Amino acid sequence: MIAEHLPALVVVVPLAAAPLIVLLRSAALGWALAFAASLFAFGASLALAAEVARAGVISYHLGSWPPPWGIEYRIDALSAFLLVLVSAIGAVVAPYAWRSIAAELPREQHYLYHAVFCLCLAGLLGMTATGDAFNVFVFMEIASLAMYVLIALGRDRRALLASFQYLILGTIGATFYVVGVGLLYLVTGTLNIADMAERLAHDGGTRPVLAALAFITVGLSLKLALFPLHLWLPNAYAYAPSAVTAFLAATATKVSVYVLLRFYFTVFGAGLVLETLPVPEILIGLSIAAIVSASLVALWQADLKRMFAYSSVAQIGYITLGIGLATRDGLTAAVVHLFNHGITKGALFLLIGGIALRAGGAGFERLRGLGRAMPLTSLGITLAGLSLIGVPGTAGFISKWTLVLGAIEAGYWWLAALVVLTSLIAVAYVWRFVEAAYLQAPDARTPPAGEAPFSMLAPSWLLVGACFWFGFDTSFTVESARRAAALMLGGAP
Amino acid sequence: MTTFASHYSYWITVLLLAAGLYIMIARGNLVKKLIGLSIFQTSVYLLYIAPGKLIGGTAPIVSEAYRVYSNPLPHVLILTAIVVGIATLALGLAIVVRISTAYGSIEEDEIVAADAGGRDRA
Amino acid sequence: MKREPVLRVVGKLLIPYMLMFALYVQFHGDFGPGGGFQAGVIAAASIIFYALIFGLPAARRLVPDVVVETMVALGPLIYLGVGVAGLALGGNFLDYFVLDRDPVAGQHRGIFWVEIGVLVTVSGVMLKIFYMFAGHRRP
Repeated sequence: MIAEHLPALVVVVPLAAAPLIVLLRSAALGWALAFAASLFAFGASLALAAEVARAGVISYHLGSWPPPWGIEYRIDALSAFLLVLVSAIGAVVAPYAWRSIAAELPREQHYLYHAVFCLCLAGLLGMTATGDAFNVFVFMEIASLAMYVLIALGRDRRALLASFQYLILGTIGATFYVVGVGLLYLVTGTLNIADMAERLAHDGGTRPVLAALAFITVGLSLKLALFPLHLWLPNAYAYAPSAVTAFLAATATKVSVYVLLRFYFTVFGAGLVLETLPVPEILIGLSIAAIVSASLVALWQADLKRMFAYSSVAQIGYITLGIGLATRDGLTAAVVHLFNHGITKGALFLLIGGIALRAGGAGFERLRGLGRAMPLTSLGITLAGLSLIGVPGTAGFISKWTLVLGAIEAGYWWLAALVVLTSLIAVAYVWRFVEAAYLQAPDARTPPAGEAPFSMLAPSWLLVGACFWFGFDTSFTVESARRAAALMLGGAP
Repeated sequence: MTTFASHYSYWITVLLLAAGLYIMIARGNLVKKLIGLSIFQTSVYLLYIAPGKLIGGTAPIVSEAYRVYSNPLPHVLILTAIVVGIATLALGLAIVVRISTAYGSIEEDEIVAADAGGRDRA
Repeated sequence: MKREPVLRVVGKLLIPYMLMFALYVQFHGDFGPGGGFQAGVIAAASIIFYALIFGLPAARRLVPDVVVETMVALGPLIYLGVGVAGLALGGNFLDYFVLDRDPVAGQHRGIFWVEIGVLVTVSGVMLKIFYMFAGHRRP
């Protein structure tokens, strides 16, 4: 009986956990509830993904009102894949948060953190699960408001300004999105994504539809931090509490990419987006700018967290590059990289949280000789860094390999060369960490020898392990992505 | 000229949208930025609500006496959007209050200057 | 303003009627304009009115912070509880049709409880925002 209601429950359980935690008013119970809710969401997502792979699209009617009148939750190959990513990261960050939050937040805020974390998780899962364009907006705002709060919890006062800037830019993005949806609603008279797609197939390409496409593209580009709309991201990631940074870096921008894919390929249709307008050219141009400029800026950062934040902007460039190629391999690469970058960045930021706990910060001046003081953490960052570069045998290699194949297939030889060349910049900035941690002698600012607590190391290493697991066993990631790409472009997988 | 005048609700929408965006970009005061944000969001309310009204239409009640009724869905959607807008505004103001206690100012340039001085300490 | 007799008398006269009007708006939501959002704001406004006349500490004694925070959390739970009740009775999530033997009565029952949830949340949130901003002191 539970199984058929999973599409709703995967969102409702974390959503219900948030007010319950506020009622209980206890840090320990709140943490336990948040952990249980995220584990439930993970289990439910896996079950949904298995069901989608077996039986195809799942459609769930909220309140038993049939679509297009009622709100429909619609799980297909693409959304099931994203649900697994988001809930997996949630289930890894929740146990990690116990010690990390205890060190970074005042005691009376702990239960509120767990409540807001559940809200954020529910919002991101809801954006992925729902099949209603306006419902996406509502969940986007639930997730975003929770993120603004989570970022503002950071210890540094600059976290407040980062949160405020993100609030302004994020709300502009969400409002642009809702303007686009409004125009589509005026044209089609429906908000159900599948119904909208059907009606646009007949009378797409009119001026309001093109305006809607422009509004939605700009709005979501702000949300997913596409260069040059990424300005909110580095500060937000750098000053948020460690657990928050890891969760946001691995999930928030990814879900926005998902919504963009959903609108490009389900609602507007590949024909309209790719042929009538220069969207691929714009996306490829901006992606290259993002990859090159953000990677170079990352090289000059004095703080490890900030460095990897800029690296995130560059990695999002690889994802949008795959979308810009708009071939089946390009889209597969984009979707695979969503997942692989999610786990890689999650692992990196979780490990950096351990350094912040022991050293009081992650500035490069504190990292000298860290390889001896915190051997496991340093090794983890180095290994996850290899995945970020795309060394064979890691998850990052799989996504870059698919991307290079996609670029060659689309006839862009120079793009394939560029992907390989820019990976060298990633080598340079990961090397900066290796040099500081292993080749420099410890000094007064290096933390005393001692690892981060087990409850923080274990989740981090779980993700580091995943970076290698998905480098060898690609049956889940690449196969799911291939199915999702086939679904987006239409036709048999 | 008829099309210009008959689409006046869209012109007001465009005006509010542009004005809100302009305030957010041009003003350094954080509270003014939030006011701009509110105006910006208000334009969306109008975009949804205005086409939902039919002249001579009544509330959507099934009855023999009425034939033309207005679509209630945009109102419901915008009710949700208004709640979201209020939540955003309240959170934004709460953050501004905390910024003002942490920095002693709510002018963006002064805050940035205060941080630039203390970069190597924090 | 505690010493102003006019304000005190007007306040004492008005506040009960404001609360009653909130309930009227709440339950009239079934048939006409009204509902939990408006009623919640009116109910919260009566407490805010009380705070303006008798001072914030008096209002905080009347409706303590713990109560306000509980209201904020309880409202969504009532709402979600209606959804789960639909599940338990064999329908989909938020299915009101199964809440009563007669589907139309089920719709009435579902929206009634949902609106109660909205009333509790909205008045709680309004009071919370008012307490936070009114109680803020520059350090």
